[in-house]
Amino acid sequence: MTSSAVSGALRAALAKACQVGPLLSRIVAAIGGGYVLGAVASVAVLALPMDKPQAVLAGTMASFLVYTGAVIWVFAVRSATRAWVGLLLAALPLVLAAWPVWNGVNPA
Amino acid sequence: MTAIEKKNSKPGKPAARGIRQTMSDLHIWAGLLVGWILYAMFLTGTVSYFKEEISQWMRPELAHQAVVPDPAEVVPRIAQEMQQVAPGSNQWSLGMPDARNNVVSAFWRIAKPEKGERGFGSAVFDPQTGQKVASRETVGGEFFYRFHFQFHYMPVLWARWLASFCAMFMLVAIVSGVITHKKIFVDFFTFRGGKGQRSWLDAHNALSVFGLPFHAMITYTGLVTLMTMTMPWASTAAFKTQAERQAMQSEISAFIPAGKPSGEAAPLAPLGDMVRQAQQRWGEDRIGRVTVNNAGDTSARVIVTYGDFERVSISPKYMLFEGSTGKLLEVKDQVGAAAETRGVLYALHLGRFGDTTVRWLYFLTSLAGTAMVGTGLVMWTVKRRTKLPNPDKPYFGFWLVERLNIAAIAGLSIAMAAMLWANRLLPLEMEKRSDWEIHWFFILWGASLVWAMLRPAKRAWVELLWAGCAALALLPVVNVLTTDRPLWRSLIEGDWVFSGLELSLLALAALHAWLAVRTWRHKPKPKPQRQVAPRPAPARAADVGAVVPSAVANSAVIATDLQEARP
Repeated sequence: MTSSAVSGALRAALAKACQVGPLLSRIVAAIGGGYVLGAVASVAVLALPMDKPQAVLAGTMASFLVYTGAVIWVFAVRSATRAWVGLLLAALPLVLAAWPVWNGVNPA
Repeated sequence: MTAIEKKNSKPGKPAARGIRQTMSDLHIWAGLLVGWILYAMFLTGTVSYFKEEISQWMRPELAHQAVVPDPAEVVPRIAQEMQQVAPGSNQWSLGMPDARNNVVSAFWRIAKPEKGERGFGSAVFDPQTGQKVASRETVGGEFFYRFHFQFHYMPVLWARWLASFCAMFMLVAIVSGVITHKKIFVDFFTFRGGKGQRSWLDAHNALSVFGLPFHAMITYTGLVTLMTMTMPWASTAAFKTQAERQAMQSEISAFIPAGKPSGEAAPLAPLGDMVRQAQQRWGEDRIGRVTVNNAGDTSARVIVTYGDFERVSISPKYMLFEGSTGKLLEVKDQVGAAAETRGVLYALHLGRFGDTTVRWLYFLTSLAGTAMVGTGLVMWTVKRRTKLPNPDKPYFGFWLVERLNIAAIAGLSIAMAAMLWANRLLPLEMEKRSDWEIHWFFILWGASLVWAMLRPAKRAWVELLWAGCAALALLPVVNVLTTDRPLWRSLIEGDWVFSGLELSLLALAALHAWLAVRTWRHKPKPKPQRQVAPRPAPARAADVGAVVPSAVANSAVIATDLQEARP
């Protein structure tokens, strides 16, 4: 193969990746990112002044609604980048709330 | 979705597509990717609302139970039998018969399981004789219930993950479907029959909107039933010790693990008396289950649990007795708010609290949900068929979706009927008989798939629908030939379990016949030319066809609707 053919093939592959990339990125954001956001939210609920088992159950039940909302968000916004930024922004306060719980500080 | 990305990734293009179109894409793909599994989950879940009746039908040797036996008399009877059936077991548990269930379902922990053997045993007992039921070996309607969330032939945990994953897709499909659907109320009253894709869309909308609160509830509560497995993070973050985990467990389950036996033998105090105490507290017919830990030891415990058919919650409600003396140790009758919420959500999913009317409503709405998934799957192919360059030779993806649709929808009815056929036809003394009932379910399902792949699509639909119709309609006939409980006798004797089930089979057979005829008569309409300039709105409203008057009045609304419905 000549170098121009190789670069042509490379360019085609790159163009393909540019097309498929954002979609894949969204799918990962929706399935993986959404799950993580739901999980973090479920832990963050433990920061509330509630009885622990009740907080665990409330957080876990709510996590599926957070997950659903996240998936909808990821596909509703204009670009994959926005989707990720939105997820991260939502995760930020939740992680802050969940941090002490993970580190064994008893909030109740 | 690629279309969205293409539009979005190139700057300078016109504004991105509206949220409704984006959500429509999400709806279509989330629905399609797991649609076949969802269809099977929906249909087997639907029939599970009558699993007790199906189980009774599959044990025809057991007489129709006219009077519900008193648990205070049944428990001692079966307890005696348990000493023989499960010797040395440190825990056994008896599910009581009730108005819809004529057997005692027992399970127990096997004292010393052989290598590779499961740690649990289970059996059903005749409440009158206390013996194992003198009936053919069958798992009964329990199979459909189990299949609904853990399938078969695969590790239970993986299966439950898969079921949860599909349920999550379903929830996303429901929410995105609602966002897509602008005029939910008007569309509910809009049905344009005999118009190919449009009719499918209208049917799909009507079925979805009709049961929308139910579909959303059943999907979300389905996720809740398995949540401690799929979302364990709050639990693992909060609880560090076994005692803490146990405290939480006691909020969601009446299961009390057997403690360490003392080694000192002590006979059980009369179990009937303990059941009577619970009956005095809750009422005669409220006993759901009796569990005995460490029977025959001084550390024995007896747990009498409230029946989940009497209240809209499955949160733990029980009385705990000391086994050797019969002394009441603890009464658990309430849990925290979140735990109660979970208990209610779980109970809403199971629908066990319902009387016959509520169960029928559950069944019919759930059947509409099944049809919602089914019409959605079919629509994917109907919509794309008109765009195919050569409908006789579609591209592989189309071909595959179409064949999977046929096998998943028409094939599943045949498979489910096949299990009931196997129940009647397999030799009674056959080894692993109940396993073979299940194998026949899958053999016929697999055969349907092969058939769907080998035949032209439309013929495969029609043939398999007719096969399903015949398989269902002939079941009452097979019952006449193989048992002494023909339909007319059940009707005369007022045995509504047998007659109700067989009449339902006939009704479902009629439904399959109707679908087969409709499919056979269906002629795909040639696609209207897209280049044609849009006609003025009133003219378009005129060709709408069967629309209810209130919707016709608002022709402008319908006209815009139609524009959206067009691909």
